[in-house]
Amino acid sequence: MAAADRPVDKPRPVYLDLFAIRQPLPAIVSILHRISGALMFVVGIPLLLWFVQSSLRSPAAFAAAMAPFSTLFGKLVLLILAWCYLYHLLAGLRHLALDLHIGIALAPARRSAALVLALSVLLALIVAVRLW
Amino acid sequence: MDKRSVGAHYGLRDWLSQRVTAIVITLYTALFLTILLWNGGMDHATWQALFAGDAFRLATFLFLASLFVHAWVGVRNILMDYAKPMGVRLALEIVVICALVAYAGWTIQILWGSR
Repeated sequence: MAAADRPVDKPRPVYLDLFAIRQPLPAIVSILHRISGALMFVVGIPLLLWFVQSSLRSPAAFAAAMAPFSTLFGKLVLLILAWCYLYHLLAGLRHLALDLHIGIALAPARRSAALVLALSVLLALIVAVRLW
Repeated sequence: MDKRSVGAHYGLRDWLSQRVTAIVITLYTALFLTILLWNGGMDHATWQALFAGDAFRLATFLFLASLFVHAWVGVRNILMDYAKPMGVRLALEIVVICALVAYAGWTIQILWGSR
């Protein structure tokens, strides 16, 4: 009997401890895509609009808007948001490729997931070097 | 035979707008990084001259409007998965919509308002 035809009247054991199951790399890329997106919505967008508005007012206001980014906390916030942006963009491009049926087999999907993670860390490192 | 399992096509429309806005965001990001590298950084005079141009203002508006639509689809997807009680989800969706509409107003004020 095929799995889909089996009656489901008797309760089956459920084991869904997400922290105990070893997640495959594409699953990690997927959840990080979500987390980075949510973080940019909550923190990134208001911060971006505030920055553009205040930095355009005058040379003094430009310097004042830049000032928080020379503190350790400001640099960390900027670095995390920069990673979110770069990572989200790269994972998004991978997603578009998958939509076009490019690299959907298991092995290339794993490779591209690893590539997205590695490339985003590399780009974030470049941002970090520029910041410090 | 034309087989349709759903009638309203909300899913397809959101799926498509998520991808179209993603492409607009990617293109603007490439443009912005090119400008940044071209100028070898950014000072206030260059920054202000950049935002004085109508084409750049329009491009920035298109970018931010795309960002808000993109954020709406993404956050709504997250809420559909994790905010299960209908009332809670609806309340959160209203908060998100209000925030994004307010951001759109703020964007217009930044780009075309008096400084």
